Amino acid sequence: MTLDLSPRPGGAPLGSQVLAQAGMETRLLLRNGEQLLLAVVIPVVVLVGAVLGADRIGLDLSRRAVDEFTPGVLALAVMSTSFTSLAIATGFERRYGVIKRLGASPLPRTGLLLGKVLGLLLVEALQVVVIAAVALALGWRPDASLPAALVSTVLGTAAFASLGLFVAGVLRAEATLAAANLVYLLLLAGGAVVLPSSAYGSAGGFTRLLPSGALGDALRSALWSGEAAWGAWLVLAVWAVVGAALTARTFQWE
Amino acid sequence: MPDAASSPAVEVTRLVMRYGEKTAVDHLDLRVERGTITAVLGPNGAGKTTTLETCEGYRAPQQGTVRVLGLDPQRERRALLPRIGVMLQDGGAWSGVRALEMLRHVARLHAHPLDVDALADRLGLGDCGRTPYRRLSGGQQQRLKLALALVGRPELVFVDEPTAGMDPAARRTTWELLRQLRADGVTVVLTTHHMDEAERLADLIHIIDRGRVIASGTPLQLTRGGTSTIRLVVTKPFPAGAPDSLQASLGGHLEVTTISDVSLLITGPADSTTLAVVSAWCEEQRVLPESLNLGQRTLEDVFLELTGRGLS
Repeated sequence: MTLDLSPRPGGAPLGSQVLAQAGMETRLLLRNGEQLLLAVVIPVVVLVGAVLGADRIGLDLSRRAVDEFTPGVLALAVMSTSFTSLAIATGFERRYGVIKRLGASPLPRTGLLLGKVLGLLLVEALQVVVIAAVALALGWRPDASLPAALVSTVLGTAAFASLGLFVAGVLRAEATLAAANLVYLLLLAGGAVVLPSSAYGSAGGFTRLLPSGALGDALRSALWSGEAAWGAWLVLAVWAVVGAALTARTFQWE
Repeated sequence: MPDAASSPAVEVTRLVMRYGEKTAVDHLDLRVERGTITAVLGPNGAGKTTTLETCEGYRAPQQGTVRVLGLDPQRERRALLPRIGVMLQDGGAWSGVRALEMLRHVARLHAHPLDVDALADRLGLGDCGRTPYRRLSGGQQQRLKLALALVGRPELVFVDEPTAGMDPAARRTTWELLRQLRADGVTVVLTTHHMDEAERLADLIHIIDRGRVIASGTPLQLTRGGTSTIRLVVTKPFPAGAPDSLQASLGGHLEVTTISDVSLLITGPADSTTLAVVSAWCEEQRVLPESLNLGQRTLEDVFLELTGRGLS
């Protein structure tokens, strides 16, 4: 077959470029075993473990264990994808020259970012489906406001993604891998994600100001009583702005 | 300001690029006409990649100007990028992405991409289409990177060391493809440190050393086609004044150029008699020839004469 190489240059419409990029990001993320573990397996294990454990040791909860923990586990899932997975993936994209390569393609940087965000939201949608299915199987009965849950998720994604990009843009790939996992573990243990800030006693005032605590509290408020958590949303918005500003100042494409 | 359509494919004027103390590009001038294959030839560290990356819009010129297809690669980057194809020297793909998946992805970013399967077939990537990038051989990665540069049907392609790590068969396939690009109206700018690659492919060669263009011309002009050379390398340094005495023995129709204290080059209408004279002279000077070659003047000789150093 003869190949006609005569010039016919031109970029695809921005929308198709962003969709192509989002599809690629999603596929690569789901293909990666460790990322999948982080995205789905750990949150499900935490949920099942917390529900069974609470019943066994008779934790004094104001509501049923599955209703208590599901919003926090969803927050954990959002955090793992928009912070840890994004930071690690972006760190290695820098290392492997992918960002540089795409920088010479018609895809503009805003298109690359939009593609990444869209990819994150797709993966998060998948996580929510799996976690919600497991929770419902365990008897979850949310008293939810869907709009409030959506706003919380989007703001949480924005806050964590901007921080994840900040880490990936200043550290080497291996250091990003270590830092992103470490921060994830620290926030999982002490960041008021799965347990509410009020469970942290006098430290609760501090955890409320962490992006993890704010996202967890916002989702609990949205899924426990269907209420908007204006304070937590403000905290997430501030983190998003700070993270974006830091990223814009420091991010190195190579 | 020249009309964008009639402007040269690349015009670099007095470009200066420094990294800290080191001057990578030193008042470099370069012009590439449309529809040609132009080779930028030079040793590693000569400033080839830096110059190319400035043309591709990755780096802003510190001094001087760069125009590509009549556009400023910095200010008019968005207009320029869809029209050029870039083959980077290192990296450029996710480690877990499959070869054809990567090619399809970049194709989707363009409005009128080449047929992905036909292009992959042409570059012999058909067999490894589902192999993750990290498990491709060096040569396969090179061919994929070349395909990525071409898939968007650009007017101008920059290929940085395109055949590095390729086996001889893949090199030939790549050369044929680059020639077809020229035949189909695409301008090709390639960097290489392979003399034979530049000599076989390029319409025009710019030899770069230490950040400057030290010679430009067609391969024939540069080698002053048909001129013979004798290269003499000896085992220990020549005695003082030796090259002058050799010049005297050879006469005025041949030219002796000292390359180093153990090697020199004789240019002109040399023949077997000349070889005999050189042998006799070696004996007289008590130096032992390590090699004595009579041949056509090559780009390698040109480079040696110009810089006093070898290329690789």
